[in-house]
Amino acid sequence: MSSATLKHAAFVLRGNPLTAIAAFATALLVVLAIIGPAIVPYDPTASDVAHALEAPTAAHWFGTDQLGRDVFSRVIVAARLDLAIAASAVVLSFALGAVIGSICGYTGGRVDRAVGRFVDVLMAFPLFVLAMAMVAALGNRVENIVIATALINLPFYIRFARAEVNVRRNAGWVEAARACGDSHLSVVLRFLLPNILPAMAVQISLNLGWAILNAAGLSFIGLGVKPPTPEWGIMVAEGARFISTGKWWLVAFPGLALMFCVLCFNLLGDGLRDILDPRMRT
Amino acid sequence: MSQFASTARRAGRRFVSSLPALLGVLVFTFLLMRVLPGDPAVFFASGPTAGKEEIETIRKQMGLDKPMPEQLARYMLDVAQGNLGNSLTTGQPVSKDLRERLPASLELTFAALLIALLSAVPLGIAAALKPNSLVDHGVRLLCALGVCVPTFVSGLLLIYVFYYLLGYAPDPTGRIDIFTSQPPRMTGFLLIDFLLAGDLSGWWAAASQLVLPAFTMALFVVAPLARITRAAMLSSLGSDFVRTARSIGLPRWRIVVVYALRNAILPVLTITGIVFSTMLGANVLVEKVFSWPGVASYALDALLASDYAPVQGFVLLMAFIFVIVNLVIDVLYGIADPRISIE
Amino acid sequence: MTEPLLRIEDLAVTFSTRRGPVEAVKGIDLDLPAGRMLGIVGESGSGKSVTAFAVTRLLDAAGRISRGRVLFRGEDISRASSKTLRAIHGAAISMIFQNPRAALNPIRTVGLQLADALRAHRPLSDKAAREKALELLKTVLIREPEKRLDAYPHELSGGMCQRVMIAMAIACEPALLIADEPTTGLDVTTQKTVMDLIARITAERQMAVILITHDLGLAAQYCQDVVVMEQGRIVERAAPEALFRRPQHPYTRRLVAASPTPTSKVEDLVADPEYHVPLPPEPLREKPAAGTPPLLEVVNLVKRYNHGITAVGGVSFSIGAGESVGLVGESGSGKSTISRMICRLIDQTEGEINFEGQSISGIPADGFHRSPYRRQIQIVFQDPHDSLNPRFSAFDAIAHPLKRLDRLSNTALKERVLDCAAKVGLPANLLDRFPHQLSGGQKARVGIARAISVRPRLLVLDEPTAALDVSVQAVTLQLLERLRREDNLSFLFVSHDLNVVRMMCERTIVLQNGCVVEQGESRRLFDAPESEYTRTLLAAVPHFEGAA
Repeated sequence: MSSATLKHAAFVLRGNPLTAIAAFATALLVVLAIIGPAIVPYDPTASDVAHALEAPTAAHWFGTDQLGRDVFSRVIVAARLDLAIAASAVVLSFALGAVIGSICGYTGGRVDRAVGRFVDVLMAFPLFVLAMAMVAALGNRVENIVIATALINLPFYIRFARAEVNVRRNAGWVEAARACGDSHLSVVLRFLLPNILPAMAVQISLNLGWAILNAAGLSFIGLGVKPPTPEWGIMVAEGARFISTGKWWLVAFPGLALMFCVLCFNLLGDGLRDILDPRMRT
Repeated sequence: MSQFASTARRAGRRFVSSLPALLGVLVFTFLLMRVLPGDPAVFFASGPTAGKEEIETIRKQMGLDKPMPEQLARYMLDVAQGNLGNSLTTGQPVSKDLRERLPASLELTFAALLIALLSAVPLGIAAALKPNSLVDHGVRLLCALGVCVPTFVSGLLLIYVFYYLLGYAPDPTGRIDIFTSQPPRMTGFLLIDFLLAGDLSGWWAAASQLVLPAFTMALFVVAPLARITRAAMLSSLGSDFVRTARSIGLPRWRIVVVYALRNAILPVLTITGIVFSTMLGANVLVEKVFSWPGVASYALDALLASDYAPVQGFVLLMAFIFVIVNLVIDVLYGIADPRISIE
Repeated sequence: MTEPLLRIEDLAVTFSTRRGPVEAVKGIDLDLPAGRMLGIVGESGSGKSVTAFAVTRLLDAAGRISRGRVLFRGEDISRASSKTLRAIHGAAISMIFQNPRAALNPIRTVGLQLADALRAHRPLSDKAAREKALELLKTVLIREPEKRLDAYPHELSGGMCQRVMIAMAIACEPALLIADEPTTGLDVTTQKTVMDLIARITAERQMAVILITHDLGLAAQYCQDVVVMEQGRIVERAAPEALFRRPQHPYTRRLVAASPTPTSKVEDLVADPEYHVPLPPEPLREKPAAGTPPLLEVVNLVKRYNHGITAVGGVSFSIGAGESVGLVGESGSGKSTISRMICRLIDQTEGEINFEGQSISGIPADGFHRSPYRRQIQIVFQDPHDSLNPRFSAFDAIAHPLKRLDRLSNTALKERVLDCAAKVGLPANLLDRFPHQLSGGQKARVGIARAISVRPRLLVLDEPTAALDVSVQAVTLQLLERLRREDNLSFLFVSHDLNVVRMMCERTIVLQNGCVVEQGESRRLFDAPESEYTRTLLAAVPHFEGAA
């Protein structure tokens, strides 16, 4: 199984080099997030007023900000926090959503319909506003950014798991498992969940990008992470004051970092979809 | 006729089913007021200068000494009557502030939605008509990139390019520049008010002020809209009934418009509803970037100043708008899809 | 001899796939004179539908005509411009499709779609088009045609949708109608009315017809000529009678032998000596001593759903040890619901199910997996692909019930799985494969091996061959028959195919709307049906007079 999967992955990657690049870039991001603080040229929080607001130079690749801090170092160091927030939020909502959604999708009936409708309604709600209010209520802290981001992602996972389980619920192999002596619970956990995992993995990858944007958006408006902590959303917010006077690098580089992350996750998600679709396997 | 009735029934059902969510938001905002540090009575007092006695009186008036369920009931009653408390920062009733600022937000959102739909739908159709062509690859690239750009970054970069570098755009703060006088307020939508007042130069000033924020927001939602349009068009062009239409010799434009497009509109409509509410959320970011005097920036300022009455008013307003948008989408959907009546 | 209406010369169609070009039709020649009905018969992958779509130039984007000519009234249309094609489509050549409901635009009324078809080729006012559409609906015998004009496809049954489709196809009086599996998925009685309609209308209008089908009997009954295709080639062309009596090509011989007719026997289904394995003789069954309960007894079984629909309304029957009982009926007759209640996958609303005299209907379906009876009753599902977990290899699939119900592991498990695989004729080297790497017939074998692995007494077969090609069906049916005779298994054989049930079952139960219409010895029931409904069903089965 695993060797066949690997072979197929190699086949897909050859046909779709973009996925390979995205996978490589994602790996690079994770490595940067881990070792970033150790390798950056400057202390990300050390100010140097003499060199404030300098455009990119050989010494400061991404320029310096209003306090003379090195933007390059700050962008690299910020990766850890941004990725951690997004990843923990997504893991939280995935774990909850997959279980709730699968059980609802398998059971069907009135509870399922009610959950389905509630999730639909919730999904159409301006979720960013909800997250904002939630952070306001729970307190302006990083953990609460994670919780808020997880909560606004939850409906997507519930809905997704529910839909995926629902189309398989009446499949012959589910009934066959029952005839082979499996209980309902075992059918859900040992048969349905593993079968929807590949599709969920795609969803997770696509969702990570969205979670990063949401978390950065919250800190951009001043919630969660506090300056001087290096974080992409805050950096953009601080740079915003100087954009009208042409100091583009303060916004552009953390912005690009955000875009790069999201792009990687999205391309990876699309690539994963190709790899994990067993119908395309030979 | 029966279709109309069934659409109305469906809209009604949908309205009823969104009531729990609305109720949830109401309870949520109520809890927001309780959970938050500080004394809720302070928020409803006339201002930060209110004396101890005044707050005490308000506490009595508000019934803060009463048990929780009763307080919740009173709170709901207040909301139903449009009483959302006072803002500390402006010193005005929140409902009045929101009323004043809502048109600015809506004008921005509608303009952005219009721009997004007018560009995304044709792009999606063009891509679907010639799959794997240059147009198709271009659109897919645009979609891939479009979803990656956070609104607050794209807005700032647009300012940099069009205001700082090129000088095409006016100073990106507010709805009109300081040299233009406000039109007499009728609808609150500047573009409409200027037209009603017959002030074309004013209209132009307002429009050019609107362009950048509207495009910023539109950019954000063009990608999902174009993507779904393309996918929906592709699936309906590949469907059996389009093959039937070809087999009876219908002209190509008729196949594309009457058979493929009309069916593809349905998922686009659903996504438009979701996109609209995403935009309501994105309003917070765009209004901050462009100092747009809308409800979102109002709520945000209040939130950062620990002034919570405007925040809860804002959340309630969003919930209300969202219910209305969903109803409109449902009615449109009911008109577009006769199968709904069976369900 | 005059010029034929349609002449196909050396036609080849190539599809571009992920793994390079694939030739689906490999150079075929065909003549069709005006006014004749030609059947193209073949199993899946034979290229019969691709041929139809190539002739009408409605191939999807991946496929193209790579060679040859298609002459319609002497003019080559294989490379005609889209403008020329538009003038031909509907007006000279038209098509009807499989799955009629999907073939109609779901959000446009029937009347408007008919009007579209009419106005594609002639200028008509709205009113005139509507009148003409009404006329067409009357031609295809739709009841209350005025009302149906404003109906949407989802408000019509599958059979009605196909009639609307026929009305659209004949709207502009084409000379050639191509019907691609027009009745696949429809009930047998509906199939008969639709086919009779096509035959009558095209005869009246002297239209030529190409009928594409997998059903040899259907083609033989309605067509003057039958062409047999295999793997993109025409292997034989003959009149139906000659085809049945003296099939020339080995493939045709196999196909004819494998197609069940009222007189076929399981033993004769596989004519090819290469595949032929002699069946063991029918075991001698002693008459059970008086008072011994039958293996399975169903008493007054009822299933009602919450929304007030009664799927099964009081059904009683019994199955003796080693006996094979057929359950036939059209869609909605409740046969699948009954088989699932007996398997204890769903609960009955009322009634008793007794297994060897012990009531098992009292054990709720949710807890039946713990019951010792679980292993006694096993089921083989309709779609062999759908019934295998995509993440289980063939080995895992067969091992699954052994692990759960027999608690086997390691060597013992492996031995039993290999045993079962050998028993169903599944080569051991295929056991590592996943469902998507197996053919339909192999998947069917895995499904059967899984069901018999725990040595059940009763096997419920829920349309076990409905999704299989007829030659694979033949082999599978022989396998099932052999297993039954060897192990003295009892079958509840659920099927919509009367010829298969007649061949496989000693007794047959006919269902309609959840109730038993008639039951009895198969031979008696099929030769002298007592109820009107059974007679209708039997009359609707495609049959070729000359056959036998």
